[in-house]
Amino acid sequence: MATYSTNQFKGGLKIMLDGDPCAIVENEFVKPGKGQAFNRVKIRNLKTGRVIERTFKSGDTVEAADVMDVDLQFLYSDGEFWHFMEPNTFEQYQAGEAAVGDAAKWLKPEDVCHVTLWNNVPLSVDAPNFVTLKVTETDPGVRGDTSSGGNKPATMETGAVVRVPLFIEEGEILKIDTRKGEYVSRASG
Amino acid sequence: MDDWRPSAAPATLRARARLLADIRYFLADRGVLEADTPALASAGATDPHLHSLRAGGGYLVTSPEFALKRLLAAGSGPVYRLGNVFRAGESGRWHNPEFCMLEWYRPGWDQDRLIAEIGDLFAGLGVPAPATATYADVFRAAVGFDPHAADAAALRRAAEADSLAPDGAPDDAAGESARGFWLDLLMSARVAPALGDGRPLVVTGFPACQAGLTRGHPDRPAEALRFEVYWGGVELANGGEELTDAGELRRRTDADLAAREAAGEPGPPPDPYLAAAMAHGLPACSGVAVGVDRLLALLMGFDRLADVLPFAADRV
Repeated sequence: MATYSTNQFKGGLKIMLDGDPCAIVENEFVKPGKGQAFNRVKIRNLKTGRVIERTFKSGDTVEAADVMDVDLQFLYSDGEFWHFMEPNTFEQYQAGEAAVGDAAKWLKPEDVCHVTLWNNVPLSVDAPNFVTLKVTETDPGVRGDTSSGGNKPATMETGAVVRVPLFIEEGEILKIDTRKGEYVSRASG
Repeated sequence: MDDWRPSAAPATLRARARLLADIRYFLADRGVLEADTPALASAGATDPHLHSLRAGGGYLVTSPEFALKRLLAAGSGPVYRLGNVFRAGESGRWHNPEFCMLEWYRPGWDQDRLIAEIGDLFAGLGVPAPATATYADVFRAAVGFDPHAADAAALRRAAEADSLAPDGAPDDAAGESARGFWLDLLMSARVAPALGDGRPLVVTGFPACQAGLTRGHPDRPAEALRFEVYWGGVELANGGEELTDAGELRRRTDADLAAREAAGEPGPPPDPYLAAAMAHGLPACSGVAVGVDRLLALLMGFDRLADVLPFAADRV
């Protein structure tokens, strides 16, 4: 089993802590000139996203976490699992609801997502920063009004609801920023 | 590959050269003898928290303390070394395994007189005049109780209550070494970061269990005649009134070796030359070691050593 010494700690290193895979955010070596050395470490739990602070005796070792970041193509969801494929090897992965989280409402087949694998199983899925989705339902557009700044809810083909300008019609393709959940522009035309 | 370039900017390297020259001028002007003592020795520091690098069948010095004390015992009078020392495993924002240390000794001086001279040196280098406080006071202000009266269990509970306790901490039954462990942790994580805000702070009266090679306080057995200087939360210097009793040196060395044995980290053999010099007679003296890279970094407003080193450890 691979281990890391505190001497190897640096931002981004993936380690196991209390049974969960974690990533080191920040590592600070502290040592009184004549005293015991410690590493004060900020660590993100990759399952929960929470950042905690931990202190290690310098020189101690921790177990490495088999965590990898890959880009996978979304195939389909069967309601229980979201299925992805590595576009070069065609290897398939299935992610559960906990791993997909909020990304679920943005995913459309063929979108390429950033997926974190732990022991070769998806641990978290990030939707692409921008997606293009079709409006499946919204109130009729207000013709000619392209500047009043008013908006209305629109349901997208994936089920996500986004505030869009009043002039948007059903059937239009829109560019959406998934990080803010906001309308960016029309993608078609 | 761009790592061949120096870590420090050209202007910083010029400031560094000026700092080294200013330090030498200050000490020469006051009649302190420069001694460029060896970096390589057959023995080394037994202190369980100092890890010597091995080289050429011996050890690179973690400080010039032993050689300077031998010079003092031989009648050198006030003496200093300005040069690089080596500590294995010390790497971080404020640590580099090889770093520049200024260490000087004043025979016949008590620590207050030496602390005043540190202030004089600082003044000439553009460092604000230091304030002073006791270890007990700064610890109490940050952690809430008197460190000298607290046993290992009380210190451990304070660290645990603050979610600081690491795995593999010593058992309370380990007594003084466990106290030292928790004091180091609380000092590093909770006390030191706030010390020396704006101007340096001299902290006197370090705990006796962290005396190093300084004397115990004559009236307060919980304290050693040892001080440290902090600036901007960074430990800048460490000094005190030096231990001169060869028998006590031997007891402390034996305790160090026993602690290393227990930790499974055998260290260098005790230095027979230092023991012989102290048996011959080390004059009563005070000494201090200053981290020169840290001093320069803080003077220039940097927040890491690499910015002032010609080549930091990641480029050598």
